[in-house]
Amino acid sequence: MLNRYLKEKGIESILFAAGAVAIVVLFLLCIFLFRDGILLFENYPFGEFLTDTKWFPTADPEHFGLLPLFLGSLIVTVGAILFSVPLGIASAIYISELANPKIANFLKPVTEILAGIPSVVYGFFGLVILVPVVQKTLGIPTGQTALTGSIMLGIMALPTIISISEDAISSVPRSIKEGSLALGSTRWQTIYKVTVPAALSGISAAVMLGIGRAIGETMTVMMVTGNSAVIPGFPSGLFAPVRTMTATIALEMGEVPQGSDHFHALFAIGSVLFITTFIINIIANYIKRRYRFNL
Amino acid sequence: MYSNAKINEKIAFGLLKIATGMVVAFVLVILYYIISNGYSAISLDFITEMPRNRMTEGGIYPAIMGTTYLIIGSMAVALPLGMLSAIYLTEYAKPSKTTWAIEMAISNLAGTPSVVFGLFGLAMFVKYLGFGPSILSASLTLALLILPVIIRASQEALLTVPKEYREASLALGVTKWETIRRVVLPAAIPGMITGAILSIGRVAGETAPILLTGAAYFLPRLPDSIYSEFMALPYHLYVLATSGTSIAQTRPIQYGTALILLIIVLCVNLVAVTLRTHYRNKLKR
Repeated sequence: MLNRYLKEKGIESILFAAGAVAIVVLFLLCIFLFRDGILLFENYPFGEFLTDTKWFPTADPEHFGLLPLFLGSLIVTVGAILFSVPLGIASAIYISELANPKIANFLKPVTEILAGIPSVVYGFFGLVILVPVVQKTLGIPTGQTALTGSIMLGIMALPTIISISEDAISSVPRSIKEGSLALGSTRWQTIYKVTVPAALSGISAAVMLGIGRAIGETMTVMMVTGNSAVIPGFPSGLFAPVRTMTATIALEMGEVPQGSDHFHALFAIGSVLFITTFIINIIANYIKRRYRFNL
Repeated sequence: MYSNAKINEKIAFGLLKIATGMVVAFVLVILYYIISNGYSAISLDFITEMPRNRMTEGGIYPAIMGTTYLIIGSMAVALPLGMLSAIYLTEYAKPSKTTWAIEMAISNLAGTPSVVFGLFGLAMFVKYLGFGPSILSASLTLALLILPVIIRASQEALLTVPKEYREASLALGVTKWETIRRVVLPAAIPGMITGAILSIGRVAGETAPILLTGAAYFLPRLPDSIYSEFMALPYHLYVLATSGTSIAQTRPIQYGTALILLIIVLCVNLVAVTLRTHYRNKLKR
């Protein structure tokens, strides 16, 4: 009897160790990322890193300014969100409220395909097909612009936004929709005055996660945005090449000597990126939990 | 008044339909371009031959093998770990600060950009543990990347097993672990496997993490150990499309590589969805 008890306890501890693996990984990730990132500030002032407007890692003297890269990520992400949020929410409403079940069952896997396509394939498609189109349509010297990146990232963020919004919308209880219809509202009035407001927390969480996905995307932006590290204007910067934080890391890591200031600067950029997405995730989780629909 | 509302509704529904149509159009346009340009490049030689003439001719065999190694390596680590973690979280953990922290850690890992995992892999596996740029470093990095996906899928699979299964077994005096092992797991395994299969697509397509942990521009032969550098499909596509010796000339190879990647990912999704539907229906009965 005691033996059996001990075995059960032993197994439970092993499982707990495995259960806590996510915390261990997150902890190690922070340590290794920040450790190499902080080393930059032994030789380069932290204030300069935050405020310098130039990223010239190989010039003499070196400039490791975060701003152009951060703003580059920001403008591409804002562009992506401006176009994918309305489109994503509209499709989610259509799929969960209007489409007949057969069509909805066809549409859901189709949007899931978008989630499955590898980012490098998106990048390749953007580079070969979209870049020339953007260049010709707008009559600009290069089609590798922030706008091109925004369009591709917007498409990539769509499945996240659609599937989470769709969950939120379809979990709104039927009773309150029926109540609205019974009062004589049209189906559309019910959707935008009752259903969507009731699902708003889930939809906001979806938008936050979409933003997180767009900021962290690497290969696609690297292949279609032209990668020039200048502070983008708004909105004129949309039509010029930009360079994001993610692309900088992926492009330059191959060429830097390990342990150099430049190497540590890339880890510092990575830390900023990690902290940004961390905050976005926490906000998304908070919204989801705080305003979960209770009836 | 009434007719106004009706007209508004017509307009709004029309716009919703157009938006959904656009999303579907994106999928079709992307698939169309890759498939129509890629299928002529694909042949048996394309997938079984080494690249020749500075990668401007020949096949993509080493890249396919490299990606296969990565899938096997990362699955071997992430699958058992993720399944055990999910078993703890759904069967044992009680609502507490620790459980909350684990859940938070999982969703934060899921939202961490893949290039950050790449940096982590570079700092920890390549440098600190001394594995160098290698299949081992890249597989471990990818394993951590897909861990949250596997945990979440396994949790869902465990939650679909009806409570009565567990209660019936426990009521017979069977211990908790034996109940999980003999009753809960057999019912949940198909769902867990489905989640794992879906993350194969993720491993096959990720580029940024392997770029930092051991993917090679070009290797004339297959890797000979887990400490070797390797070629992989997504990185091969990136290299050919952006910095190859003759970008325009190798376009057919690029389309072919993109199509192979797409086929892997779509097949994996198809298998997973079919399995899921099959076993979901079985459990209901």
